[in-house]
Amino acid sequence: MLILEQTLNGVQLGVMLFLIASGLTLVFGIMNFINLAHGSLYMAGAFTAAWVQGVSGSFLLAIPAAVVVTAALGAVLEIGLFRRFYARNHLDQVLVTFGIVLVANEVTRIVFGPVPLRMPLPPALAGSIEIVPGLPYPTFRLVVLIVGLAVAALLWAIVMKTRIGMWVRAGSSNRPIASAMGVDVDLVFAALFAVGAALAGLAGLMAGPILAVQVGMGEPILILALVVTVIGGIGSIKGAFVAALMVGLVDTFGRVLLPPALGSMAIFLLMALILAFRPKGLFPVHG
Amino acid sequence: MAESDPHRPALVERLAPLVVVALLAAVPPVAQMLGDPFLIKVATRVVVFAIAAVALNLILGFAGLVSLLQAGLFGVGGYAVAIAAHHVFEAEPIGFSALAWEGSTDLALTLPLAAAVAGLVALVTGMVSLRTSGPYFLMITLAFDQMLYYGAVALQKYGGDDGLQILTPLSFAGWDMSNRWRFFYFALTMLAVVLLVATRLVASRFGIVLRASAENERRVAVSGIPPYAHRLAAFTVSGAVAGLAGGLLAAGQQFVSPADMHWVRSGDFVVMAVLGGLSTVWGPVVGAAAFVVLELLLSSWTQHWQLAFGLIIVAVVLTLRGGLSDLVHLAGRSRGAR
Repeated sequence: MLILEQTLNGVQLGVMLFLIASGLTLVFGIMNFINLAHGSLYMAGAFTAAWVQGVSGSFLLAIPAAVVVTAALGAVLEIGLFRRFYARNHLDQVLVTFGIVLVANEVTRIVFGPVPLRMPLPPALAGSIEIVPGLPYPTFRLVVLIVGLAVAALLWAIVMKTRIGMWVRAGSSNRPIASAMGVDVDLVFAALFAVGAALAGLAGLMAGPILAVQVGMGEPILILALVVTVIGGIGSIKGAFVAALMVGLVDTFGRVLLPPALGSMAIFLLMALILAFRPKGLFPVHG
Repeated sequence: MAESDPHRPALVERLAPLVVVALLAAVPPVAQMLGDPFLIKVATRVVVFAIAAVALNLILGFAGLVSLLQAGLFGVGGYAVAIAAHHVFEAEPIGFSALAWEGSTDLALTLPLAAAVAGLVALVTGMVSLRTSGPYFLMITLAFDQMLYYGAVALQKYGGDDGLQILTPLSFAGWDMSNRWRFFYFALTMLAVVLLVATRLVASRFGIVLRASAENERRVAVSGIPPYAHRLAAFTVSGAVAGLAGGLLAAGQQFVSPADMHWVRSGDFVVMAVLGGLSTVWGPVVGAAAFVVLELLLSSWTQHWQLAFGLIIVAVVLTLRGGLSDLVHLAGRSRGAR
């Protein structure tokens, strides 16, 4: 019973991580851009949702609000700032996104104050469901799990099966040629960045009722998402999915089974172990 | 500036570190004259951060590796000094029976210990992270930094989240180190030694291999020189020096906290190195001074100083369009590899 419950918790954390890591890995794999501010978009999603819910009293309204606002923020950042940094070295990218992290945290603190916001769940989602006899599981966590899996499937289908996905992959493997073939690479990249931001915002929205909505909440999750990205192989959606589930499960079981100091380090040990044998991750994209 | 031959630095280049150290040395008397002893505290912070930033620049500026682990190693050194002193205060030995050690408040012992432990952590994490390169390296060092951070937070015995206070006075081989002046000059001496050693190191064959590996790893490898071994050595030395700096910070403020190990602090170190200039050994000292002064001015002006600081960083990176790349010799590396 305990094992089943913890497995579900692990998979649920895994799909959340996948939502964040997929944006990170696509942006990195395709634009060659390291975005440390990705966690800030997750935070923006959570705060937008908590605020909209607080004002309107509707959780349903908070969902599109969080997604639209983070997508817009992502597009603004990409067009206004990050676009200039695709051709620059990684150090510059780290510095500029690091600056944005500081700005985002401080602006959030000014607007919402230092006290964490609460996101109560609507009654329909607040209870729990008996998934197997004798094991009640929180409905909301189950919803998160299902939404995460659905988004993962959708993302895979779009990237691999549609024309848009083809443009994205073309822009990634050879930008000048794709551009010469008539693909509006600038537009594709901006849209891609916005989609990645929206996914992070969606994850933030779903994390809101489970965790505290507070300043700096994006950083621990950014680190986990980076670990996922690195383990999976930078740029690989499939890798991000597999790695996200691994990290989710190892982290959840590590905290239950190991002493606290070791439990919080379990995923980093996993990462070290995998990279010792596969320096480019489990599913390397380029060579 | 790009034309200057790094093997034979111009006179200005060679005098610059002396000038920087001399300027810092003048702070305590000036503070005395102005009747503002707080300045000594600020200058001590500058010196300590400068040591860590100079160490970071060995691998960032010269080896071209963007590491975000520096704050973690810095903190490891701080905890080494603080924990050793804590056990003296609690009169409770570390370890068991035959291997027990009663701890120490002597910095002549605990600072080398801090450097050794941080160096060891750097060696182990470096062995994994240096197998990768470019963005992978950056993300892995960031992850390791957070691992150390969470490790420190989980140390409930040593204060956990709240950090650990050093409640006994520290000495250096019998000298009382609670005197502000004495501690400052002690730390400054350390900085001078670190600058001297780093300058020698960069100009040596070892340093040339490091810089060459940053420019063209394949060519170095084909010449029969293993870039990995040289990078690992540099990473370990840099980590040990960061541990020394962390130990000094802990000793100076009689306190160590996981907050100084957070990856944002690692970002601060990178900013210090970049602000000061990556192409010289002494540049990060200027960067550390600029950082500490900026932090002080902005935080006295508004509690939301990080907003202004973030905007300054973005503005600096935007205006130095491409300029940084020339200094760092990083440009095109990752792109060329693809």
